Amino acid sequence: MALLSVGPLLMLIGIVVLLAIAEPVFLTTRNIGNVLAQSAFICTLSLGQLLVIITRGVDLSVGANAALASVIGALAFGSIDSGIAIVAIMLSVGLIVGFLNGVVYVWGRMPHPFIVTLASLSICRGLALLLADGRSTIPGMPDLIRFLGSASVGFVPVSAILVGLIAIVLAVFTSRMVWGRWIYAVGGSPEGARRSAIPVPWVLVSVYSMCGLLAGVGAVLASGRSNGGSPNFGQLAELDSIAAVVIGGASFLGGRGNVGNALIGALMIGVIRNGMNLLNLDAFSQLIVIGLVIAIAVEIDVVRGILEQRLRVLRAVRA
Amino acid sequence: MTPLVATEALSVRHATKRFGAVLALDDVDLAVHYGEVLAVLGDNGAGKSTLIKCLSGVHRLDEGVINVDGRATRFHTPADARAHGVETVYQDLVLFDNLDPAANFYVGRELAGPRWLPRGLRLLRSGEMASATDDLLEQLQVHLPDRATSVGLLSGGQRQAVAVARAAAFATKVVILDEPTAALGVRESTRVLELVTRLRERGLAVILISHAMDHVSEVADRAVVMRRGRRVGEVRDVAQSHQEILALIMGGDA
Repeated sequence: MALLSVGPLLMLIGIVVLLAIAEPVFLTTRNIGNVLAQSAFICTLSLGQLLVIITRGVDLSVGANAALASVIGALAFGSIDSGIAIVAIMLSVGLIVGFLNGVVYVWGRMPHPFIVTLASLSICRGLALLLADGRSTIPGMPDLIRFLGSASVGFVPVSAILVGLIAIVLAVFTSRMVWGRWIYAVGGSPEGARRSAIPVPWVLVSVYSMCGLLAGVGAVLASGRSNGGSPNFGQLAELDSIAAVVIGGASFLGGRGNVGNALIGALMIGVIRNGMNLLNLDAFSQLIVIGLVIAIAVEIDVVRGILEQRLRVLRAVRA
Repeated sequence: MTPLVATEALSVRHATKRFGAVLALDDVDLAVHYGEVLAVLGDNGAGKSTLIKCLSGVHRLDEGVINVDGRATRFHTPADARAHGVETVYQDLVLFDNLDPAANFYVGRELAGPRWLPRGLRLLRSGEMASATDDLLEQLQVHLPDRATSVGLLSGGQRQAVAVARAAAFATKVVILDEPTAALGVRESTRVLELVTRLRERGLAVILISHAMDHVSEVADRAVVMRRGRRVGEVRDVAQSHQEILALIMGGDA
């Protein structure tokens, strides 16, 4: 059983070993730093996506939300010369979009968050393009944001350290705090949670808000890395983040998944992308490989579920 | 089986509940005493589930009064009922499959601290919850293969036992069980019914909703029969009165 729950980690290690054998450059500190820096954005979005998916939801707007936040931040930098203020603006945009997702889903009685977040994906992306006024990048970011997005301590990118800190906070929150327990309870049985006096609407609004806030963090990292805002940030990032979370063992049926494994799922996608670049695989084939990895990872998870079921039957017979 | 001096734990008088034009409960009276297992019997649609949903705070009565320890109260939410010592095991929503037994026991009322933090941000006292859960499961002789695994991996009978034990853990007065053996095999049903008798031994009042005559007769001290939203009769010696109860369930005119 313990072996089954570390499945995603074993898969990541396996892929790292294979890539290291195929291309020795892969395991150099320089390249590891590279992988971490490339993955920081998707890791951040995946952590938010995880919270939403635990409650049986999905947030399709994370990538577009990050793009909108980066564009608004970059435009604001034209008149406000303060790193902290620009960070606050990006985080606020992300948070507000997430909060609205949650509010419209819960109190607008939307049938499924797919609809409302698909709508806000479209709105955010459109708004970002409109505000950018035809530019694909709006150059310039305050020092603080460039530090967060592109500086390194040794070979470890600051962005990766930031992701690590966020992950630790979220891990404590989800596994040790009352509200985190309620998030899992809502995912396990929404009606049961209601009858157990858990404030289900607020739990739902909170996960979409946190997911939006993390999209804002993603905007900071992406803007800092490329020294500018862009309405094109995070295209298809919603799908990558969903894939990362599902590779990490979460289920669309809700109630399952954890921070560590979601992070591993996101890293796995980053590692494979990086490895394929090192091996000079063309972009079209990369798409195919990523698709196969997602299918295989989820299939492994299905098999794990079947094994658990068998184990349960065996135990019931013995009991 | 009935104690000589029985103190009333919970009663309802003139319970009436409408859903639109449908009269789901029609002037129903019911009382259950400490240390007693009361069966509420009836066919599908007789109003049993509506009655217990009113007694557990899921629905509100349109008319009628609920008394706990002889004092009139109102249950607006399930939390109200629980605050009055009334715990319910629902037929449809037994447990959180993704959580372990201890987490299931304490869901919505987690032990956590420190108190100066807002409730949602308090740290779970997992060790304390786990050991209290273990103790209670042991007292009630519920044996689980692994107490740290999520309850989704337990068998049907074990899951039902955890759900009943959870209700027993927090009920100070009444435990309501809605068809606790509906999805179980014979052997597992027997175990759950043994568990019900242990609740009685602990002095709790138990209301057992069922249409499965044979099982219920083994443990109930008294049975109330419902039909079409009305209370149509009461039987004291359940084990000896199968024919009478069947006649009441099917319709007295026959």
